[in-house]
Amino acid sequence: MSQLEIKDLHVSIGEKAIVKGFSLTINSGEVHAIMGPNGTGKSTLSKAIAGHPDYTITGGDVLLDGRSILAMQPDERARAGLFLAFQYPSEIPGVTIANFLRAAVQARMAEGEELDATGYYKRLYSKMDLLKIDRKFTSRAVNDGFSGGEKKRCEILQMAMLEPKFALMDETDSGLDIDALRIVAEGVNAMRGGTLGILMITHYQRLLDYIVPDHVHVMWDGRIVKSGDKSLALELEAKGYDWVKQELAKA
Amino acid sequence: MPDLAETILPEAPDAAANPVAGIDQTKGDFQYNVDYEFDAGTGLTENTIRYISSVKKEAPWILEFRLKALQTFLSKPMPTHWATKDLDNIHFDKIRYYLSQGQKPKRTWDEVPDDIKRTFERLGIPEQERKFLAGVEAQFDSEAAYSNVKDIVAKQGVIFANSTEALREHPEIFRKFFGKVIPTGDNKFSALNSAVFSGGSFIYVPKGVKVAQPLQAYFRINAENFGQFERTLIIADEGAELTYMEGCTAPKFSTSTLHSAVVELVALKGAKIQYITVQNWANNVFNLVTKRGVAHEEATIKWIDCNIGSRLTMKYPGVVLKGRKARGEVISIALANDGQHQDTGAKMIHAADETTSNIVAKSISVGQGRSTYRGVVHIPKHLKGCKNNTECDALLINTNSRTDTYPAITVRGDANSVQHEASVSKVSEEQIFYMQQRGLTEAQAMSLSVNGFVNDLASQFPMEYSVELKRLIDLEMEGSVG
Repeated sequence: MSQLEIKDLHVSIGEKAIVKGFSLTINSGEVHAIMGPNGTGKSTLSKAIAGHPDYTITGGDVLLDGRSILAMQPDERARAGLFLAFQYPSEIPGVTIANFLRAAVQARMAEGEELDATGYYKRLYSKMDLLKIDRKFTSRAVNDGFSGGEKKRCEILQMAMLEPKFALMDETDSGLDIDALRIVAEGVNAMRGGTLGILMITHYQRLLDYIVPDHVHVMWDGRIVKSGDKSLALELEAKGYDWVKQELAKA
Repeated sequence: MPDLAETILPEAPDAAANPVAGIDQTKGDFQYNVDYEFDAGTGLTENTIRYISSVKKEAPWILEFRLKALQTFLSKPMPTHWATKDLDNIHFDKIRYYLSQGQKPKRTWDEVPDDIKRTFERLGIPEQERKFLAGVEAQFDSEAAYSNVKDIVAKQGVIFANSTEALREHPEIFRKFFGKVIPTGDNKFSALNSAVFSGGSFIYVPKGVKVAQPLQAYFRINAENFGQFERTLIIADEGAELTYMEGCTAPKFSTSTLHSAVVELVALKGAKIQYITVQNWANNVFNLVTKRGVAHEEATIKWIDCNIGSRLTMKYPGVVLKGRKARGEVISIALANDGQHQDTGAKMIHAADETTSNIVAKSISVGQGRSTYRGVVHIPKHLKGCKNNTECDALLINTNSRTDTYPAITVRGDANSVQHEASVSKVSEEQIFYMQQRGLTEAQAMSLSVNGFVNDLASQFPMEYSVELKRLIDLEMEGSVG
């Protein structure tokens, strides 16, 4: 049983405060959705938790199983069990997905421990079967010339292989047509139910039709302003973000 | 499964299992004290040359050749109008031009003096020889300490010796080709080499003989303030084929060291020569090398040139395409880290119809490192059916790095075709962060980016060399992260 605890987090880019007192606790097996309009700090939140050097934490803490991760390098956070599915994944020309993942798996092993290539490929292929990914896919260079859907599928495959404790999924639905969205959602659903905890960031309710969250939070101006179950997402869809704004104004 | 398994980048093996050890600079950075029996002293005068020639017991024509070359060297200006000013930091009067324990290399490792043998053993060379090489020449400062070719290869009439020996034992064939591809006055450093050359390989492969295993040379600089001037001459007779590989290391000294070789290749009708270099000199070494081959009718010369170490490398392997349907190729990888300048490139001189040339140059600049590509492709007007393809790709890591491309392509006449592509890309902060987010350290991430960048070239190398190249890149990237 693991826990990711975000406590009163404040994040700035340069001088500009973006995340302003965000608090949320996610337990193993839970799926939390964060919804909110553009520019409210959703992507900043996920990148700051992952340790992106452009983001400065000005207050609060992030604890993984009770230990602060803020002093850790991005790769240490990753190896500790944190996975960020990028909204815009980088291309790595000349490096195949198979080799990239192999390096990532190797990086999680103890020094001097050798990766068993046969076992690795067996596991890779079983994950690809699970996600209905063609065998040829992993011999392509990482994200190089990929369509939006292929990039997202590549993220999900990496997530499946690296078996994180917690996954931060940043706008995984953006740039996907409905078929691609369904395939990606099926992949995420296939990973659910175990110990994986998910923080799913989305602008639209649409994704939540496919990946049904346990909790829904509305983010506004750098913090959570409303929490509820999946019905909150539907209410939001029906009434629009202006409804939240009005609610806030009343408060 | 096999099709995917083949795409795996080879794992870095441990040193013992690695068949091309001896070029890892971290392992090469050590020095044992050696007593030199022959020492030409410091500085360069006519007497230096007379001393070298006399200890080698050379024929009079060679001494004459050397003395003439010295005059050429002295009269030529330093090429600083286009080259880096760093050349001015070479102090020719402070260099030692000849150091050796003797002029006759040993045929067995047992006979090699202990103080020299332990260097090569530490570099893993005797072991590799047993495993996969057709012949080895191991040069220690000025002379080969060891030189041997496997019986099976020798019986085919293949000659593999160092230049000192070859001049004594095969003067007629040596003299016929020596200095013909690269004349003394080609440039200041070819003139210097012609004056003081010592060691280097001499190879002759008779008609139709295909040497299956590579012939390997190691060049080791051991002494401080030393200049190594090996002279290599390779002749592949009609229809002959060979692969030659060279590796080099030196300890890190506080003062600069000079390595200035001349390498001449002759591929006669239908012959094939593949010449592979993995240069990993310590970063105090000026590496100023002239390399050129002549490809006769339907012959192929391919240079695979990897430059990782040194303070300054200036090297532009060339092919003169002299016979119809001759083919020349240069595959070049240069990695310039902090404090290094890799000024490399290629020259393709088309001199017959239907000749083709291909240049693929990839450079990586890290931190303050600087890479320069300089190329010459020349196709005169009267020729028909000639083709050239040139690709230059540069990768920049960190914003301070610098890269320049100077491709000079002169093609006259309309019966020839050329293609030129150049690109510059950057390893961005986003890319590094992405890889770090998957659990790779910053150094591993950079290393993977660089390996990806050179992957299409490295996969053309013999397996042992692509493994070694990957390992050297890993080491360089490890060192470049503060």
